[in-house]
Amino acid sequence: MSLDEYTRREFKQVGTRVRRPDGVDKVTGRAMYGADATAPGMLVGRILRSPHAHARVKGIDTSAAEALKGVKAIITGADLPAQEDEFIRDVQDNCMARDKALYDGHAVAAVAATDAATAKAALKLIKVDYEVLPHVTDVDAAIQPGAPVVQSGRTLENVPAGMSENVTSHSEFGHGDPAEGFARADMILERSYRTAATHQGYIEPHACLASYASDGKADLWCCTQGQFNVRTLCAAIMEMEASQLRVTASEIGGGFGGKTTVFIEPVALALSRKAGRPVKIVMTRDEVFRATGPTVHTSTDVKIGMTKDGRITAAEATLRYSGGAFPCGTVDMGAQAAFAAYDLDHVRTYGWNVMTNRPKEAAYRAPGAPQSIYAVEATLDELCQHFGLDPLDVRLKNAAKKGTKSSYGPTFPDIGLTATLEAAKAHPHYSAPLKDGQGRGISCGFWFNFGGNTCVSLNVNTDGTVGITEGNPDIGGSRASISLMAAEELGIPYDRIRTIVADTSSLGYNDVTDGSRVTFAVGLATIKAARDAIGKMCGRAARIWGIDPEAVEWKDGATVPAGPNAGKFPPMTLAEIAAVSAETGGPIAGHHEVNADGAGVSFGVHIVDVEVDRDTGATKVLRYTVFQDAGKAVHPSYVEGQMQGGAVQGIGWALNEEYIYGKDGRLQNPGFLDYRVPVASDLPPIDAVILEIPNPGHPYGVRGVGETGIVPPLAAITNAVCRSAGVRLHELPMSPPRVLKALAG
Amino acid sequence: MKKVHVSTTINGDPYEFLCAPDESLLDVLRDRLGLTGSKEGCGTGDCGACSVTLNGRLVCSCLVLGAEAEGAEIATIEGMADGDDLHPLQQHFIDHAALQCGICTPGILVAARALLEKNPDPTDEELRYWLAGNLCRCTGYDKIIRAVQAAAAEMRGA
Repeated sequence: MSLDEYTRREFKQVGTRVRRPDGVDKVTGRAMYGADATAPGMLVGRILRSPHAHARVKGIDTSAAEALKGVKAIITGADLPAQEDEFIRDVQDNCMARDKALYDGHAVAAVAATDAATAKAALKLIKVDYEVLPHVTDVDAAIQPGAPVVQSGRTLENVPAGMSENVTSHSEFGHGDPAEGFARADMILERSYRTAATHQGYIEPHACLASYASDGKADLWCCTQGQFNVRTLCAAIMEMEASQLRVTASEIGGGFGGKTTVFIEPVALALSRKAGRPVKIVMTRDEVFRATGPTVHTSTDVKIGMTKDGRITAAEATLRYSGGAFPCGTVDMGAQAAFAAYDLDHVRTYGWNVMTNRPKEAAYRAPGAPQSIYAVEATLDELCQHFGLDPLDVRLKNAAKKGTKSSYGPTFPDIGLTATLEAAKAHPHYSAPLKDGQGRGISCGFWFNFGGNTCVSLNVNTDGTVGITEGNPDIGGSRASISLMAAEELGIPYDRIRTIVADTSSLGYNDVTDGSRVTFAVGLATIKAARDAIGKMCGRAARIWGIDPEAVEWKDGATVPAGPNAGKFPPMTLAEIAAVSAETGGPIAGHHEVNADGAGVSFGVHIVDVEVDRDTGATKVLRYTVFQDAGKAVHPSYVEGQMQGGAVQGIGWALNEEYIYGKDGRLQNPGFLDYRVPVASDLPPIDAVILEIPNPGHPYGVRGVGETGIVPPLAAITNAVCRSAGVRLHELPMSPPRVLKALAG
Repeated sequence: MKKVHVSTTINGDPYEFLCAPDESLLDVLRDRLGLTGSKEGCGTGDCGACSVTLNGRLVCSCLVLGAEAEGAEIATIEGMADGDDLHPLQQHFIDHAALQCGICTPGILVAARALLEKNPDPTDEELRYWLAGNLCRCTGYDKIIRAVQAAAAEMRGA
C-alpha cells in the first residue's frame, strides 16, 4: 500500500485547537506585512493608470516628470521586453500596458521618487497621448458580432467562425445524451442567470519592496500567495535567472486567490533597476479595485429535466464568462463544476470565454464554481417548488457518491456529499419553525481541490526541537496545522515545533497557496518528511545499539527495538537521539518533494433563513449553518474559520457586492464605501458543522476546505429570498433596488 | 511645503516629529515613527484597519492629520499588551481563532477595547454595530464576536 493512502488511526494531537504560532505577533502589531518593510535608500513607486476603458497609447511624454527634483526613474511599457510566451506576455501587459490601455485603471507608466508627494506630483506631469476607442464591459454585449474588439487574434481554433473576436475559447464537458434524458422528464425548466464581478476584497492592498543591485542580483519582498510563482513571472519579465532573484513572502493580509499573480512586483523591480535603489510600491484601495483581479462576470443558461418524484433525467448548461481584457480559462472550471454534485446519466456543459474592457480576472476562492453552481442550484429549487418536493430530499436522491462518473469525467472515490446532506437534514436548523415573511433556502457546493508541487524540509535540532521549512504563505493558520501534523507523526509536543515559510532560495519550487492545497499537500509532504527523519533516527539508534536499522522502529516519539529478537534496549527519545547526533553521523533532517495528487473533492451544504423587507428591498440574513466535509479537520477552529469566512464572502456576493461600470466604461465604485462587503452588523452567527469523510489520498484523510464554502450562499440565499418574498431573482447581487424592482413585478 | 513640529504622547511615551501639514496620522505612525501595527486598508476611513484612540476617542488614523496629534494622547495596538502580558482581548483572539490573516486584527482589537471601556457588558448586537466600521474579510466575524465576549466576561470578573 502506498504511503499516500489513508489509514485509520487514533489521533493524539491532530484535531486539537492549539494556539497558532503567529498569534502573538498578529495581535500585538509585530507581524510584518507587505507594506511594513523598508530598506536603506528606499524610493517610493507610484503608477499612472488609464482613465479610459479602451484607448490606444500613441505616445507618452515623461520629460517634465523626469525634470522634477527627487524623481529617480520612470518606466513605461517600452522599458519591458517583448515576450514570446503568450501567458507571460499577458501577465506583463497587465502590469504595464504596451500599445493599448485595455481597461479603466490599466497601468501605463510608473515613477520612483524620493518620497510619496514627489512621486504623486511626477505622475501629474506625465503626458499620455490617448486615442480613445469604443469599449465594451458587459459579457452579453461583448459576445455579439460587431461589438468593440478588446484584443484581436486571441481566438482559439475551437471557436466557430462568425462570432465576435472577443470570444477566445470554447469548452464542453459531460456524458450521455441529454435529448434522450429530457424526453423522460415530467418537467423541463430553462432559466438564464447573470452574476456581477466581485472582488476578493482582502483588506491588505498589494505591496512590495524591490531591490535590484548593479551585479544583477535582486531581492523582492511582497505579500503574495506564492513567492515561487512571483519569482517565475518576475524573472521572465526581467529576463533574469531564477537563482538571481530571491523572493520573500511577507505575512499576507488576505488573498483568496487575488494574490496568486503579480501586478506591481515587476514594475518595482524595473524601477529599482533603473534607479539603482530599492523601490517600494503600495497600492491604494482605488488601484486594488480598478487594476487587480476581480472575478469573472457571467451569464448562464441552464436546462434541467426532472421526474415528478425528483429524479434529474438530464441537465445542460451554457456558460458565458468574462475574465476581462485577456483570455481566461475560468469558464472551464465553471463548466466542470456546474453539475458535479449529481449522479447524472445525461449531462452536458458548454463554456465560452469572452473578453471585455475590464481588469484581468484573478482567481477568487473556487474560481468559476460559485457562478455555475448558483445557476444550477437555483433552477433545481424552482423544480422542487414546482413539484412540491423537499429540496434536501431531491439533492439526496440525485447525490453523487462513490463510483459516480462525475459530470466532468473522473469517477468519484469516497466522497462526503450524502453524509453532508443527511447531516443538514438532521440538524435542528432545517426543522426550526419560520415566521411569516421569512424564507429558508439551501444549496450544495463543490470544489475540486488541488495538490501540486510541494517541497518541505524538517530539521531536528540538537535540543530535541524541530524546525519545519515550507514554501507556502500561511493565510489562515496553516503553520499551526503543519506543526500539528508533524507533532502527530513524530510523537512530540506541538509546541516543540516551529514552522516557517521560507524564501525562494531555501526550497525547491512550491506551487502557490491555492486550490485549498496547503493543509493537504504541504501536510502530506510534512508527514513524509517526518517519516524520512524518523527513518534516519532509527538508523542512529541502530548504530548506537549495534543492531540492524531494520530492527528499530518508532513509537510514541522514541526509537524502540522492533520485537524481542532485536535485543533489549531502553527507548531513545527524539531529544536523546538529537543530543548525540554529532557523534552518530551529524545533523538529522527529513525532506520530501512531491507533485501531489489525490487532493480529494470537498462538498458542502448551506442552510440559510432570510427575511426580505418589502419596503426597502433589503434582505436580512437571520440564521446560517454550513455543513462541509473536511476529510479530517487538523485544526477544527481554522476549518470552521474557512467555512464561516467563505460563507460570508458568498453572502456578500449574493446580496451586495458588484463591479458597477458606467456608460463611459469606468468603474463607478472602486472603494469599500460603495463596494460594500459584509460588516459585522449585517450578519448572524455562522454555525459550522464539520463532517469527516476521510480522503483516501492523504495519510490522515485530509481534504482541502478553503474554497467550497463560498459556493453555496449564492443559490441558498436566492432560494431563501424567493421563499420569503415570493419572487425569484435571476441576477446577482440581489441588492435592494433589484429586489424592489422584482417585488414591483 | 514647510513641515509642522508636533509633540505628542503615544502609548504613554513622549514623541516628537515633523510632518507635512497634509500628512495623515497613520502615515506619521507608520512611516515616521515605525509603528507599523496600525494598517492601511483603504485610506478613506471605510475599513478601520488603522483604528487608534485619540484622547480616548476611537478614530481612523488615516482620517486624522499628524498635526492634530499635538498635545494629544494616542493609543495604538503597540501599547495594548503590558510588556509580555497580553490584554485579555489579545489572548482571547488567539484562543478563539478570531484571526486568520490578521491584517484587520490590530484595528479590531483597538476598537473592541474602546467599546469595553464604555460598555463592559455589550450585547452581541451592540458589539456587531460597534465593530461595523472594521472590515474583516477572512472570518465572517463569528469568532471575533465570541472572542470579544469572552474577553469582556473575563474583564468583568477581574
